[in-house]
Amino acid sequence: MSHDRNAAKVAAVVIILAFFVSVVRLWQLQVIDGRDMRKASEGNRFKVIDIYPPRGIIYDRNGVPLVKNAPSFNVSVTPRMLRKGDLEQIAALLSLSPEDVLQKIQAAAGSLEPVTLKEGLDFNELAQVESRLSDFPALHVDVNIVRDYICKDVASQLIGYIGRINSQEEEDPEYNDVPKGEPVGQWGIERLYDQQLRGVPGKKLIEVDATGREIKVMGEVPPKKGKDITLALDINVQMAAEKKFTSKAGAFVAIDPNTGEILAFMSKPSFDPNAFVNGISAAEWKQLAGDPEHPMLDRVFQSQYPPGSTFKIITAIAALESGAIKPTDKLNGPATFVLGGHVFHDWKKGGHGMLDIKHAIIQSCDTFFYQVGLKTGIDEIAKYARAFGLGRKVKLGLGYEASGLVPDTAWKERVYKCPWYPGDTVSASIGQSYVLVTPLQMARLVGSVGSGGKFMPRLSFLKMKPGQQPELDPVGLPVSSDTINLVRAALQGVVNEPDGTAYRSRSSLVQFSGKTGTAQTVDGGKRYDSWFVGYAPSDNPGIAFAVMAEQTPEEGASAAAPVAKAAVEAYMEEKEGKLAPGALLNGVSSPSLANAAGAAAKIVNGAPASGLGANAVRAGGRQ
Amino acid sequence: MKMQIDRRHVQNFDWLLLGLVLLASLIGVITIFSATRPLTGSAHHSSFYIKQLAWMFIGLIAMGAVVKIDYRQFGRAAGIFYAIGILLLVFVLGMGKMGLGAQRWISIGGISFQPSEVFRLAYIIMLARYLSFLKPPIGVRDFLKMLPLLALLPFGLLVKQPDLGTATTMGMVFLFLCIARGMSKKLITALLIFGLVSGPFLFDIIWHGFLKGYQRDRIVAFMDPQADPAGIGYNITQSKIAIGSGMVLGKGYMKGTQGPLRFLPENHTDFIFSGFAEEWGFAGCLVLLAIYLAFLLRALDTARHAKDDFGALLALGLTFMFAFYIFFNIGMAMGMLPVVGIPLPFMSYGGTAVFSNYIAVGLLINIRLRRFELFY
Repeated sequence: MSHDRNAAKVAAVVIILAFFVSVVRLWQLQVIDGRDMRKASEGNRFKVIDIYPPRGIIYDRNGVPLVKNAPSFNVSVTPRMLRKGDLEQIAALLSLSPEDVLQKIQAAAGSLEPVTLKEGLDFNELAQVESRLSDFPALHVDVNIVRDYICKDVASQLIGYIGRINSQEEEDPEYNDVPKGEPVGQWGIERLYDQQLRGVPGKKLIEVDATGREIKVMGEVPPKKGKDITLALDINVQMAAEKKFTSKAGAFVAIDPNTGEILAFMSKPSFDPNAFVNGISAAEWKQLAGDPEHPMLDRVFQSQYPPGSTFKIITAIAALESGAIKPTDKLNGPATFVLGGHVFHDWKKGGHGMLDIKHAIIQSCDTFFYQVGLKTGIDEIAKYARAFGLGRKVKLGLGYEASGLVPDTAWKERVYKCPWYPGDTVSASIGQSYVLVTPLQMARLVGSVGSGGKFMPRLSFLKMKPGQQPELDPVGLPVSSDTINLVRAALQGVVNEPDGTAYRSRSSLVQFSGKTGTAQTVDGGKRYDSWFVGYAPSDNPGIAFAVMAEQTPEEGASAAAPVAKAAVEAYMEEKEGKLAPGALLNGVSSPSLANAAGAAAKIVNGAPASGLGANAVRAGGRQ
Repeated sequence: MKMQIDRRHVQNFDWLLLGLVLLASLIGVITIFSATRPLTGSAHHSSFYIKQLAWMFIGLIAMGAVVKIDYRQFGRAAGIFYAIGILLLVFVLGMGKMGLGAQRWISIGGISFQPSEVFRLAYIIMLARYLSFLKPPIGVRDFLKMLPLLALLPFGLLVKQPDLGTATTMGMVFLFLCIARGMSKKLITALLIFGLVSGPFLFDIIWHGFLKGYQRDRIVAFMDPQADPAGIGYNITQSKIAIGSGMVLGKGYMKGTQGPLRFLPENHTDFIFSGFAEEWGFAGCLVLLAIYLAFLLRALDTARHAKDDFGALLALGLTFMFAFYIFFNIGMAMGMLPVVGIPLPFMSYGGTAVFSNYIAVGLLINIRLRRFELFY
């Protein structure tokens, strides 16, 4: 009987002990660690989110937007809030495999933050997810502002694209104030003018609940939208060329020879930058990078080709300026030219007969220029080629640039350790053998001729304000106006005289000038790359251009010249007010995109209960 | 039978014990009120606190009824209570098997209750009754005779349910009461040897045979909360943050954030202590622990002064149960013990628990009340 009573005493001791152990533990948690625990609880509650600023809009020279900002919807999940079976159902809802979802969640192991499962939901997916949101407490829909590249694959190499900061950029002080995860310009204009376009990120202090859903906004520093940019680009000119261009690969570039503004910048094949908006998938990237036609390559300035007959412009100028030939001198232009036992052919089987240098340009007589080139000498030709900007980079600032090649005797001795042969000069005088140029270099060259000998040392992607001077003054070329005028008259004849090589591409709308060229490349088999370089209008040019069509079955006149004609006509029609700004872009920028964005915005505003709320259009980066 | 109130009953009624219980219960209600408050002013305040008050009221009536009847009457009916308790456990298991919902609840006409909450009282009465007939010290044979019906059967049913909390608590009460009654040296030696030899096997059998996946996870999470911060370890971490962030004086009533913002789940049931500690701090916790300590010591005092062995054993068993619940629950909230779903007596939200705890308190008051009465 007394045993039970003693047990009560022992139990009392045990209970008092347990009491003290509890008190000690409380002391530890609340008094010793209290401050840290308080911080942890505030850390739970309050969150600073970066608000990505909307990037500046990129306009063409007439105010046509080339890229827009559109809401994009992402689905994320808070792993901790997942219940049994949720994972499979959510995966099915997003048409992902449960393994993928699991992998994404496991990749973020240890994090209490939501894990993004799918970005850039289309309208149907969004509607489906929204309707099931209340069934899955773990599920969130976030709204980001993303780039909508409405031009798609038009001018995409020029406009470029954005992407998340890579590890290399993270180190770069240029990106110091960019929140982690904010996309920045990675290529093209987006990259070159990223600082202006980027804007200033805002911050928002919010109180959140355990699922990360926003309860209250405690404070906000709104983001500053990036500066808009107006390009010199004329999207109508670009589109006219794009539409007419039928070859698999090639380039079209146009500049204003008076200001150095870049009016068109096309490289084919191209890619759709929208693929990069939500992060490009490995498969898509592999396809782009592995494409044998290299769509990521900008052929306007990253590819170099033999200039072919377009180089006769330089040979002619060098010959006239050095006195190797006078404007009135006539030479025979036979079907073949023999030098040291080697036979050089003319493109025309019967030859051209007796002709002066102007008509030799108009008819593109090869044998005429063989003789003239030999008389002038390669070093003299090279001097003028360099004066017109060949053989060195234009320095656009867009990354890797091809410099082209202007060969001379010293160059050959240095590189090949053998002397320059007269035969080399023969080939070089019609733009074959070692000579290499980029389409951009050729457009600037022919523009200098068109504008009467003004050379633009710096080209500009941005539109110049009225009265604004080019960054660097045009350089007067060491060429007499007589020579320039003779070449101009010849280039006018190429298009507008019946015996000109581009006569079939003349325009009834505007008189333009140009020079055809066919570059023969030995590239595991013969391949013809067609050129057409020129300017319009002939007497007072406002546009100078170069067209390069790779691997065409025909010669330059029929493959490349029509592209230039279309671009030049669009340029003139727009100038005369017959073509509305951006009119030719219709059909490329699909209206369905804009509609989806509008409908999406309605959902955002109409369903605050779903956790999107009034200030739903916030950019996603969580800290 | 005439209803009349005995004057001695009013004089000897344990008002202190009842006062402590009511104090803890009211602290519970205001904590539930704060823990379940809506996040925004306009939203509806959930009615948990009102339901809790209602159950307290029903519990008080039941307590009065229990006090009225001499506790020895309960002792005599122990076998019947126990049989009903076991049947309820079997019934709830069977319901689960037939796919009629959760295995821990029985619903009758819209009111659902947890059979294990009723069972634990019947079990302690039965155990006290049985032990009071055994001449101490308990021998090996006595122990083996008790084992099937008073230990293996009920614990098996509870673990199968699965109600790990009640199973653990009842196991401890069984062991404590046997020790309290006194065990023979032979039995102690036998138990020690058995424990040492079969311990590893037993662990394996329980770990793989009886425990469900989530129960194993809870124990693993307790051993290392960082290993699984988003899972059960998360509860432990957030509970510790809630308690610690109360610091010395607390964040203030209705100012706690861990619960209402849902960082801490189950903040009005098993983790109610954390919510209280967040708002009232170390100072408030000391007061609350003092209330519980006073309650337990008072209940032990009742055991010491009980008129007979049955009363003493019953009071001891109930006190063990409360002490285990209280310290295990608080230890769990403070990250010292694994999470096994043990509510904090009087404070945690839960109708059946309040009801059954109030009856237990009624029994304690009953035993103290009749300590001077002569046996007839």
